[in-house]
Amino acid sequence: MRINCPYCGERALEEFTYRGDATVTRPESLDPSTEKAWVDYVYFRDNPAGIHREHWHHSQGCHAWLVVTRNITTHEIVAVEFAGEGEGD
Amino acid sequence: MSTSQPNRLAEGGLIDRTQKLRFRFDGRTLAGYPGDTLASALLANGIRLVGRSFKYHRPRGILSAGSEEPNALVELRTGARREPNTRATTVELYGGLDAASQNRWPSLHFDLLAANQLFAPIFGAGFYYKTFMWPASFWEKIYEPAIRRAAGLGRAAGAPDPDHYEKANAFCDVLVIGAGPAGLSAALAAARSGARVILAEEDFRLGGRLLSERYDIDGRPARDWVKAAEAEIASFPDCRVMTRTTVFGVYDGGTYAALERVNDHVPVPPAHEPRQRLWRIVAKRAVLCAGAIERPIVFGDNDRPGIMLASAVRTYLNRFGVVPGRRAVVFADNDDAFRTASDLAHAGAEVVALVNAGHGPSRHAQAVAEAARAPYFPGAVIERVRGGQGVKGVAIRDGGGVTQHFDCDLVAMSGGWNPSVHLTTHLNGKPKWSERLSALVPDALPPGMSVAGSAQGEFGLAACLAGGEAAGSEAAQGCGFTTQPNTRRAVSEESEPASPIWQVAKGRGKAFVDFQNDVAVSDIKLAAREGFRIPEHLKRYTTLGMATDQGKTANANGAAVLAGLTGRYLGAVGTTTFRPPFTPVSISAFAGHHRGPDFRPARLAPSHQWAKEQGAVFVETGPWLRALYYPRRGEDPQNAVNREVANVRDHVGVCDVSTLGKIDVQGSDAGAFLDRVYANTFSTLAIGKARYGVMLREDGFVLDDGTTARLKPDHYYVTTTTVNAVKVMQHLEFCAQVLWPEPDVQMVSVTEQWAQYAVAGPRARDVLQAIVDPTHDISNEAFPYLAAGEVTVCGGTPGRLFRLSFSGELAYEVAVPARFGDALIRKIVEVGTAYGIAPYGTEALGVLRIEKGHPAGGELNGQTTAHDLGLGKLLSTKKDFIGHFMAARPALIDSSRPTLVGLRPVNREDRLRAGAHLIPKGAEATGANDQGYVTSIAFSPSLGHWLGLGLLAKGPQRHGELMRAYDPVRNGDVEVEICPPCHIDPEGNRLRV
Repeated sequence: MRINCPYCGERALEEFTYRGDATVTRPESLDPSTEKAWVDYVYFRDNPAGIHREHWHHSQGCHAWLVVTRNITTHEIVAVEFAGEGEGD
Repeated sequence: MSTSQPNRLAEGGLIDRTQKLRFRFDGRTLAGYPGDTLASALLANGIRLVGRSFKYHRPRGILSAGSEEPNALVELRTGARREPNTRATTVELYGGLDAASQNRWPSLHFDLLAANQLFAPIFGAGFYYKTFMWPASFWEKIYEPAIRRAAGLGRAAGAPDPDHYEKANAFCDVLVIGAGPAGLSAALAAARSGARVILAEEDFRLGGRLLSERYDIDGRPARDWVKAAEAEIASFPDCRVMTRTTVFGVYDGGTYAALERVNDHVPVPPAHEPRQRLWRIVAKRAVLCAGAIERPIVFGDNDRPGIMLASAVRTYLNRFGVVPGRRAVVFADNDDAFRTASDLAHAGAEVVALVNAGHGPSRHAQAVAEAARAPYFPGAVIERVRGGQGVKGVAIRDGGGVTQHFDCDLVAMSGGWNPSVHLTTHLNGKPKWSERLSALVPDALPPGMSVAGSAQGEFGLAACLAGGEAAGSEAAQGCGFTTQPNTRRAVSEESEPASPIWQVAKGRGKAFVDFQNDVAVSDIKLAAREGFRIPEHLKRYTTLGMATDQGKTANANGAAVLAGLTGRYLGAVGTTTFRPPFTPVSISAFAGHHRGPDFRPARLAPSHQWAKEQGAVFVETGPWLRALYYPRRGEDPQNAVNREVANVRDHVGVCDVSTLGKIDVQGSDAGAFLDRVYANTFSTLAIGKARYGVMLREDGFVLDDGTTARLKPDHYYVTTTTVNAVKVMQHLEFCAQVLWPEPDVQMVSVTEQWAQYAVAGPRARDVLQAIVDPTHDISNEAFPYLAAGEVTVCGGTPGRLFRLSFSGELAYEVAVPARFGDALIRKIVEVGTAYGIAPYGTEALGVLRIEKGHPAGGELNGQTTAHDLGLGKLLSTKKDFIGHFMAARPALIDSSRPTLVGLRPVNREDRLRAGAHLIPKGAEATGANDQGYVTSIAFSPSLGHWLGLGLLAKGPQRHGELMRAYDPVRNGDVEVEICPPCHIDPEGNRLRV
């Protein structure tokens, strides 16, 4: 598997570290009423048989965090973008 | 005719007759030529019997001339290089080669285990599901050992592989797999356009089928065309030709794995050369020109030595100048195979019969038969075979049902061809059935791959040349190159595919489908009867297709037999999936250099060389090597550690702590950022001070701990544990790039950039004052406990000094850029000698911190919270931080959770062991009474007995209580007293002096 890092170009899989689902958002409130949102954020993940958006770290390269859009049934990588805003300026 | 190599033709063949090579087979010395394979040389010497089959120990000979060979598996070489199950058909002959047949005792000609054939009815498909079950007690002592002895074919060497293996990467625009007519044409077309091309060929010569047939291209022998193509390909600097290289697997992202047999064809690799090289090739496009594999016909006793694939007979005749027999029968259901009769006659062999199993008349076959002066039998089959250790004769049943007997010593059979679609299915694509060809052809392809030539089902030579050229051009165009228009070539005779018969009905004898795993039609019948009626089930139940040849000559016939038995259309039966590797790959090749101490890279601390000189014993901490202890002459490990610990408490010690993670964090928001990742607060840390911090995971459990110093308003120096350095760095980068991209903060790992040494003990300041330049006041008033700052040492070398103590003594950590690390450790020891300095390793480091009750690896085990470790007070209530919300869950703050305590044995002589479980005194050792466990233990030289740390339900409220430390694994049951974790100087006076 190869991932096309926006900084470094196409690199082999072993340069990257997988973290997990990129579609979850960290809740902002610490109010006890948001417990379900926190539990969902920490523990629960959807697992569709198709397109995933995933966080990968280019740990043996530029150290950029990336969002990789990947079809997990065909292994096709549809897109690779910087995970944060303001990257690549 | 010479008695040496009696079956070698007087001339012809792509062999070098000027050099004779001597080799041994089963102890017999024989001769061959460069250009031979072991198989061709054996046949040249009149040797037909080369092995015994897997289950039944039937005599077996050479079936093919390629990597699809199921029978001629030999043990090659001797000693540590001995390799089992090597196909004689692909072994390049070299002088001194030593090979032995397998799976027979006492000898190949007289194999006692052939008695297995008497038990054939018991050894049918799936017999191991139905036998060896009773009595149950017999399994371990009798059945299993017997089966292990009888199982397998060859023997592994049982010694470490003495050769080197390399791994390499290659990149190209177009990868052409196979260098037959289609592959050479494809490579030429792509290379001419300027594309970067890699041409990989499994064989040691280019040319594929053209080396084995008497074809013409443009009016000249096909071999001339091959030579010209080779020369032109060599003229392109961006075209790499890799012979002896099998592309064995297709992977995602246009990645292909290939094995290059760099030095398999010499007795011993030259010095500094690898034996084999494993390639990872990344190609934008690939053209698969893997050719096709001929099918045997399924008939009784079709496995006898001397019964070969017709194309293989032609290969031995034309490429190797060997006639595999003197009296031959050609038995085929397709016209193309009958050219074998012409080639045999041309070589001076007698064609005893030409048996055409095909339906319908064939003028071509008739003409061939007449020219070869062979009796012609249309619509006929071989009904029986005579001969045990080698074919002696056949019974031919003609179209009218009349049977005649003929003597022969060679049967050239052909049931048609199977395109080699294997690589197209590695990414789960399924081939489709071609009614016209009666074969599977590629359908769904891996991205970027196209197929040309026989692999595509285009068996004619003109089609291979044209198709290869077109595919190569297209592939180059796909990479953005412009190509030339395609050429047209005139070729010699072509023929049409015919309808195969698959198997002979109403024959006599065991009819084999999978030769290597000894699977016969009777087995398939049994499987179908028992309900295993699809190829996936048939495969697992009968083991058809599961041998080292992945069923290359068996799968199609097996599916056909199954279809016939279950009354289905063959095209609908389907097929199993081929998996990498296409042919076996040795584990040494996969390992490459990653063997023994080189299994993974070693990370060495800056003081490593010096520590080695001191005789340190090292321990692996992840990939790091750390000094565990520094034994002096005559010391056992425990004595060494006791001495090191006592020396720190009494005088001064030095320990390399460079391996702990170090992260440089800078920016105007650096402090605010650290507030979000640490449970406690760092924006309030004074400049020139350090603070202990705890990081949680988002689920509220402790991730890591360390000390962080503030060197400047915008500059922090964060440390982590050794094992979590990488994880924490990734975590911080995730927080800064993804969770909170707005704050102005940057970070970089500086673990390897700084050498850092702990200097600890009552004389520590004396040592530091001799190291740190006098411009810096490091008196207790000027540099109190937890001070931190940039200094210079040893006359101007930049450094950093931190007054931190893991040991509980007066202590500092001094850091210099890593390139000065070796010089600094030597200097520290030099100036420290006057104060009684001695180095201490991680073992003593551990004893010291356990004496002080500091949680570390044993306690930060991923299942503990800050409260569990007695660090609950560090959790800020004023800010959000990673893990804040989830750490407050009721179950995580419940005081009945196992919480940090100290432990002392009641009997001071007793030894404590980590992992022991804490059971109330007098209670039974059951799960219900299990209230905690011992996490860290040490022998304390300071106190003269063992002590430890543990996690105990409601621990802090139970000091003074007596409990059992129960360790059934090591027969331990020690009475312990629960006490505070800190066993020495609980007020912390010693570190403030």
